[in-house]
Amino acid sequence: MNILIDYWPLFRDGFLTTVELFLIAGVVSLVFGVVLAMLRVSPVPVFRAAGTLYVTIVRNTPLTLVFLFFVFAYPYLEILELSYFTAAVVALSVYTSAFICEVVRSGINTVPLGQAEAARALGLTFGQSLAEIILPQALRSVVPPLVSTLIALLKNTTIAAGFSVAEAGRIRSVLSDEGENQLVGLLWVSLGFLVLVMVLTFVQRSLEKRWSVAR
Amino acid sequence: MSNVLFDAPGPRARIRHRSLAVLGGLVLLGVLAYIGWRFYDSGQFTARKWAWLQYQQVQEDLISAVLATLKAFALGAVLALLFGAVFAAGRLSEHKPVRMVSAFVVELFRAIPLLILMFLFYYGLPKVGVEMSPYLAVVLGLMLYNGSVLAEVFRAGIQSLPRGQAEAAYALGMRKTQVMVLILIPQALRSMMPTIISQLVVLLKDTALGFLITYDELLKYAQYIGGQGAFSRPFVPTAIVVAGIYIGMCLLLTWLATYLQKRERRSKKHIELTDGGAKAAEIGLIADAGGGGGAGIR
Repeated sequence: MNILIDYWPLFRDGFLTTVELFLIAGVVSLVFGVVLAMLRVSPVPVFRAAGTLYVTIVRNTPLTLVFLFFVFAYPYLEILELSYFTAAVVALSVYTSAFICEVVRSGINTVPLGQAEAARALGLTFGQSLAEIILPQALRSVVPPLVSTLIALLKNTTIAAGFSVAEAGRIRSVLSDEGENQLVGLLWVSLGFLVLVMVLTFVQRSLEKRWSVAR
Repeated sequence: MSNVLFDAPGPRARIRHRSLAVLGGLVLLGVLAYIGWRFYDSGQFTARKWAWLQYQQVQEDLISAVLATLKAFALGAVLALLFGAVFAAGRLSEHKPVRMVSAFVVELFRAIPLLILMFLFYYGLPKVGVEMSPYLAVVLGLMLYNGSVLAEVFRAGIQSLPRGQAEAAYALGMRKTQVMVLILIPQALRSMMPTIISQLVVLLKDTALGFLITYDELLKYAQYIGGQGAFSRPFVPTAIVVAGIYIGMCLLLTWLATYLQKRERRSKKHIELTDGGAKAAEIGLIADAGGGGGAGIR
């Protein structure tokens, strides 16, 4: 208990950074993931191939390696300088969007064929039928796995701690520098994550209840 | 599936698609060419940056680093499978206390980030007098986290078998353990195989977290070589090589999963699951994201 009180600003700032990282990376990867999913079902083979290639490569690469690339290797390319925080956001988004893409694509598959056929019969183009008919239904049916992917993203933010971002995973090393008991500190961090995951699970349940479509 | 979303293209649509394909291809090529040019321009393709690969010592160390990764993967995988089996059995138990304890353990370890688990073992446990090697901490973390996910996969697999299977076995006079071991597990295992293997891919990727608790595995070695001034700091080349190795290993496992799935579909012993194995596949898909499904999947 003492550690939590004595180092309250440390814990607070750590978890605030974690949540900030999570929110930004979450929004970016949601948008990018949906775009990737659209690419993967598009009528143009080149787009499909590009989407598949991206997803295959990213899904089979450890997130830590993605981080390593953006923090250590990317600066050598001298394209655009990224702060550690931005690099973490980019790494997390690059990684998570591949999984969002897969979830959304599986959602597109659950939309009954009749919907797409009716949209085509009405003369809607591919873009229109996807954006106005298919995706709204698909997204509703994948709310649970989508939020689960976001929970995974939340937990993955801890890896940023290994790459100089002062977030919740970093609390341990500060405590260790101060000579405090790391075990207790880490248990508090775990508890913090348990609470955050529970909040997200609650969001998941209520969204599911509100958005689930009866079929 | 995708041809549901659009008609078979007519002549005008075909022209449009072709021009879009050319445009998209050009943009894609442009992006790739720009990245390639940046690599080239910043001297990442010069022989000096790649010279490290030619040293025999480096090659041997690279192989032993891969072996260290595989060592953590092998033990972690075996322990995670055991852990998963035990706690799946616990969650399917008829005794409420056993069920509750197992559910608590499984949900707990799925909700704590794997890295924090490893930190707990490696930095936390020595404070209470338990000595930990990085290897042991990595393996224990992998076991608890992936074991919990696997427990959910096993449970979903067994629960999605048609009820008639268990009922028929009971009607034949079998006992609980017999029903489970002789009837349910063999069938569930067959249909769960692809999901289990994709979880093992996740486990293989997660060994890279050992890098952050100073376990000397592939990624750690890549960083070490990348920082060597003598090789003019080849961070980009090492990242490319190591990414290739990881992707290769994971694709091999994924390929095994696809192969088993195909063989399973051909097999006469195949049995249709009540939900088509969708739930277990979903758990696998989510857990893929590395951090796992959280408490969300029911």
